[in-house]
Amino acid sequence: MQSTELLHVHAVRQSFPKPDGSQLLVLDGVELDLAEGEIVGLLGRSGSGKSTLLRLIAGLARPVSGEVSYLGQPVNGPANGIAMVFQGFALFPWLTVLQNVQLGLEALGLPAAEQRQRALAAIDLIGLDGFESAYPRELSGGMRQRVGFARALVVHPNILLMDEPFSALDVLTAETLRSDFLDLWAEGDMPIKGVILVTHNVEEAVLMCDRVLVFSANPGRITSEIKVDLTQPRARLDPAFRAVVERIYVEMTTRQTAGEAAKARNERFPGSGIGTVLPRVSTNVLSGLIEAVAGPPYLGKADLPVIAGSLQMEVDDLFRAGETLQMLRFAELAAGDIRLTEVGKRYVDAEVDERKRLFARQLISYVPLVAHIRRVLDERPTHAAPRSRFFDELEDHMTTESAEQTMRAAISWGRYAEIYAYDDDSQMFSLENPA
Amino acid sequence: MKIGAPLVSIKTRATLPNRWDALALLLVLGVLVFLAEASSGALQPLATVQSAPISLDPTHLPLYAARTTLRMLLAMGLSLVFTFTYATLAAKSRRAERILIPLLDILQSVPILGFISITVVFFMSLAPGRVLGAEFAAVFAIFTSQAWNMAFSFYQSLRTVPVELAEAAQSFHLSPWRRFWRLDAPFATPALIWNMMMSMSGGWFFVVASEAITVGNTTVTLPGIGSYIALAIQKQDMAAILWAIGAMLVVILAYDQVLFRPLVAWSDRFRFEQQAQASAPRSWVLTILRRSRLVAWTTASLAVLWRSGRPATARQISRSSPTRFADAWFDWLWTVVTVVVAVGLVWEIVRFVLSALTFADVGTAFEAGLVTMVRVLVLIALASVVWVPIGIWVGIRPEIARVVQPVAQIAAAFPANLLFPIAVSGIMAFHLNANVWLSPLMILGTQWYILFNVIAGASALPTELRDVGTNLRVRGLLWWRKIGIPAVLPFYVTGAITASGGSWNASIVSEVASWGNEHLQATGLGAYIATATNAGDFHRVVLGIAVMSFFVVVINRAFWRPFYWYAERRFRLG
Repeated sequence: MQSTELLHVHAVRQSFPKPDGSQLLVLDGVELDLAEGEIVGLLGRSGSGKSTLLRLIAGLARPVSGEVSYLGQPVNGPANGIAMVFQGFALFPWLTVLQNVQLGLEALGLPAAEQRQRALAAIDLIGLDGFESAYPRELSGGMRQRVGFARALVVHPNILLMDEPFSALDVLTAETLRSDFLDLWAEGDMPIKGVILVTHNVEEAVLMCDRVLVFSANPGRITSEIKVDLTQPRARLDPAFRAVVERIYVEMTTRQTAGEAAKARNERFPGSGIGTVLPRVSTNVLSGLIEAVAGPPYLGKADLPVIAGSLQMEVDDLFRAGETLQMLRFAELAAGDIRLTEVGKRYVDAEVDERKRLFARQLISYVPLVAHIRRVLDERPTHAAPRSRFFDELEDHMTTESAEQTMRAAISWGRYAEIYAYDDDSQMFSLENPA
Repeated sequence: MKIGAPLVSIKTRATLPNRWDALALLLVLGVLVFLAEASSGALQPLATVQSAPISLDPTHLPLYAARTTLRMLLAMGLSLVFTFTYATLAAKSRRAERILIPLLDILQSVPILGFISITVVFFMSLAPGRVLGAEFAAVFAIFTSQAWNMAFSFYQSLRTVPVELAEAAQSFHLSPWRRFWRLDAPFATPALIWNMMMSMSGGWFFVVASEAITVGNTTVTLPGIGSYIALAIQKQDMAAILWAIGAMLVVILAYDQVLFRPLVAWSDRFRFEQQAQASAPRSWVLTILRRSRLVAWTTASLAVLWRSGRPATARQISRSSPTRFADAWFDWLWTVVTVVVAVGLVWEIVRFVLSALTFADVGTAFEAGLVTMVRVLVLIALASVVWVPIGIWVGIRPEIARVVQPVAQIAAAFPANLLFPIAVSGIMAFHLNANVWLSPLMILGTQWYILFNVIAGASALPTELRDVGTNLRVRGLLWWRKIGIPAVLPFYVTGAITASGGSWNASIVSEVASWGNEHLQATGLGAYIATATNAGDFHRVVLGIAVMSFFVVVINRAFWRPFYWYAERRFRLG
């Protein structure tokens, strides 16, 4: 099976400067090979650095250390033979379909006649016949992404990089594009020899890839590699398919608990627990998920892939909500399952006011930032404190964006639980009820 | 960074002038003729009007700066009152709209500096104390530089209030007064504030120019930075000029920090888009105000009083459609009235102009207009060649753009006429050709609009699109042709339109310049108007203004408007 090696990524590490001057590590010790005839999936939550890795492979950025080599040559800039398809299509609105597709050929300096002939061939291959003179804004999302594919294929790359290419499309369109792509791939109609697909959709990864690399976040590391030995075309309802999906969910939950433990170890300084980045999850989603798990047919314990399917939640959103419930001890995630705790079950049975009281109790106990804000407000004679007071503290521990997100979560949860009030105009926390 | 709408005259798609445009043009010229005739009689007392002698001592500058700022504030207040009434009327009444909107369009194209002289004399003849009249005239001049685009922005907002919000207001039985303050005004606020900022930045130029005016033998000097610098030019005092420039810079920065930053940050809450912006604008002044309990209490009680008030005057002006018969009859009457007014105005204007001028004079004015037009076009082209590449280069580098963008905005607000003396003394020292070297002064203050619009355009280019270019290895000329320039084109046109309009106006003060007793003069329509003003020749002033308005309107309609819509249609992202 292993033939020529197209791409080799070795010990790659990437970091970005933080506001306080230190470095934020986003990728650490990443190893990756791509052989001819392979589709490799990079699967992980948002923020796990998988898109960063893709940019490094494309030569759009350089790693801090480690190396990326393509056909034995180090990648030091955009390489000839590596093309990319973008999540947001990235079409130039002022160029027609034909001109968009031709752009890469123009950059290669090919004669006009050859440019045209190759561009038309690519447009034909990808099923865009008749749309040559249309502008992107005239096309539907699916048609736009087809242009994105044609534009990448026309330069005859060896490697195609795909950065969540189907996630901006509706379910039906995405499915059509996936199967069209797989058909072309299976028949060898495309010039490409290998594909790397970034996705956060577990089923998509299992549907398309020969190998799936699961990423953990903060910093991004590859935690496991799962081979998918199913024959194409693959069926979602096939028990073998479900088994692979289940295995990936188990991988992702196990890793998460390990990561949680590591985090706890890092917080050995008393009071520095406020350094935990809080996710942006609405309290509506939290209580919705609790109720869904409590209700039939799950009755307190649900299989993650199953409940993801029935609630139509992206794995990203599901994990974010699930982990928040775990943090608040309303539920536990383990072995690809979510199980409600005693408190979680009490929450389900309670009335609105009692629910808020329970939520407040869990927040104060398990979210140090919320407890900290409340304590400061209690101690001050005015019972008021500016947002910046806490924001500055957060910024010592995390990036500005993370601090922003954490602050929003703390504000919205605290408001729901009526632990404190917040006025966005003056940017002040207080214990007063708004007039 | 958001970049506001371009000039009034560009925002509608129609290219060909219609009868309403013609009527609007006649109305504006008619009022000018009326003012000029009224003023001719008032010009007799050949005295110098001055409230107090101006001193070049820099210690007086803070006071002068304060007076200048006060004029700006008064004019802004007037402009707001005008905006709320005029634009509301235009938005709520179909008949009023037909004449009011073309009128705005024409007013926008009239060179303000040209008719300051006329209004000064007119207001002085009205006011018993001469100084008060001159103050009125200065405030009026600034008002005319600020009001039109504000009114237009407000009108546009009122016409685009989302249907569901309007229906919600209706279903809750809001009175027209409440609806206006609860829905219309808040919805229009962000665009209005942006236009106030643009107006203000244009206004500094005119406040400086309107403080020291000579009409015939009458010289009007109002205490302020403008008259300070006029005296400095007369005395050839370079140190004083530098002091004035410094003072102006401080005033503009203070205005930005104390007034507009807070306003922009505050108006952010009225943005209709429901999703939160990545980085909401912030202002330290606003934060301080919001944390103050006193301020909160005062504004809250005022707001309650204001909104609950139901003045008898605020009756509903609705787009009502009574019976069809009455409607048709009314339309007919309306047409008759407009035709009668139009004929009367034509008669009046022709009589006034021809009473002292021949057709040869009209020809001369047009020739001068052509010269100035060439000058403006060449300068805009030159400024574009310089600033578009620089703007793109800066715009795609966020860390540099963050520093350069505010500087460009302050530069655009800075009244370039303060810098003229420095340039003029240089031209004299080196005996350069006035026809060539006075020209750059026209664009000195307005070129920045091109720069900051292009920067905004380039920074709006999404990362993914830039990544595509890199991935496909699009470089060099191909990159500029296919990616860089198309991406900023709509923004560039907006900037170039503003720059072009401003340059026509500036020609009136930049084609004629003096340093002490020496005078420089270039050929052009600006010089034509300036010379006629100095001579107190109102017939030629009106002719010059009419010709300049004509040029500006025609260039806008024939060139900028189609160009803007082309760029907007083809190159707008998203």
